[in-house]
Amino acid sequence: MNVKLLYFAWVREKTGLGEEVVDLPDDVATVTDLVRWLKTRGPEYEAAFERSDVIRTAIDQTHVAHDAAIANAQEIAFFPPVTGG
Amino acid sequence: MIRVQKENFDIGSEIERLRAGRTDIGAIVSFTGTVRDTAKGAPITQMTLEHYPGMTEKELERIEGEANARWPLQASLIIHRTGAMKPGENIVLVVTASPHRKDAFEAAEFLMDYLKTGAPFWKKEERADGDDGDWVDARESDEEARKRWKSPE
Repeated sequence: MNVKLLYFAWVREKTGLGEEVVDLPDDVATVTDLVRWLKTRGPEYEAAFERSDVIRTAIDQTHVAHDAAIANAQEIAFFPPVTGG
Repeated sequence: MIRVQKENFDIGSEIERLRAGRTDIGAIVSFTGTVRDTAKGAPITQMTLEHYPGMTEKELERIEGEANARWPLQASLIIHRTGAMKPGENIVLVVTASPHRKDAFEAAEFLMDYLKTGAPFWKKEERADGDDGDWVDARESDEEARKRWKSPE
């Protein structure tokens, strides 16, 4: 399944990418699975997701928890806790 | 109404536009967030606001909708800037209008508490000493502030 991944703030700086399209392996079912898989893709991903417990996730532009299923997601974003306002 | 923009805004004209031609409003509350010139005691020269285009607008609309569902607001406005800003410049404006002040006050505070913990913006500070800029850390107190709204009175 092809899905668009987006990275923001220090997650973007560490992966070195703002966004990319990836073909997900079939056994990636939840956000936690996805993070685990991303960390195998290279040292920059490992660094970006080292503190994966603090990283927030949105599926199709809605906040989700890390146990959320990613079935049929078009767009998944990873970012630090928000600091606007 | 919500707006996400690079440009600065004029607080007075925003409020004037919101109340123009209306005689039913009894209370208007506004909050303006501005760029501080220091971070953890060190002077900063600039702050950059990154955001998630698309989700930002959706979140702000959702938050505004929730405020309007909880309080009898006659008008509401959220403006949030993105991009580079200098110390002293405006970052965010929230305006609420209602027949009586309590609702406008509470709704404005609610909007800010929810915005600060839910809207996908990230601040990066550039330090005057030339050190690499730092991403601002989220504050526990902001999360606590949001939680107190969880159960409607």
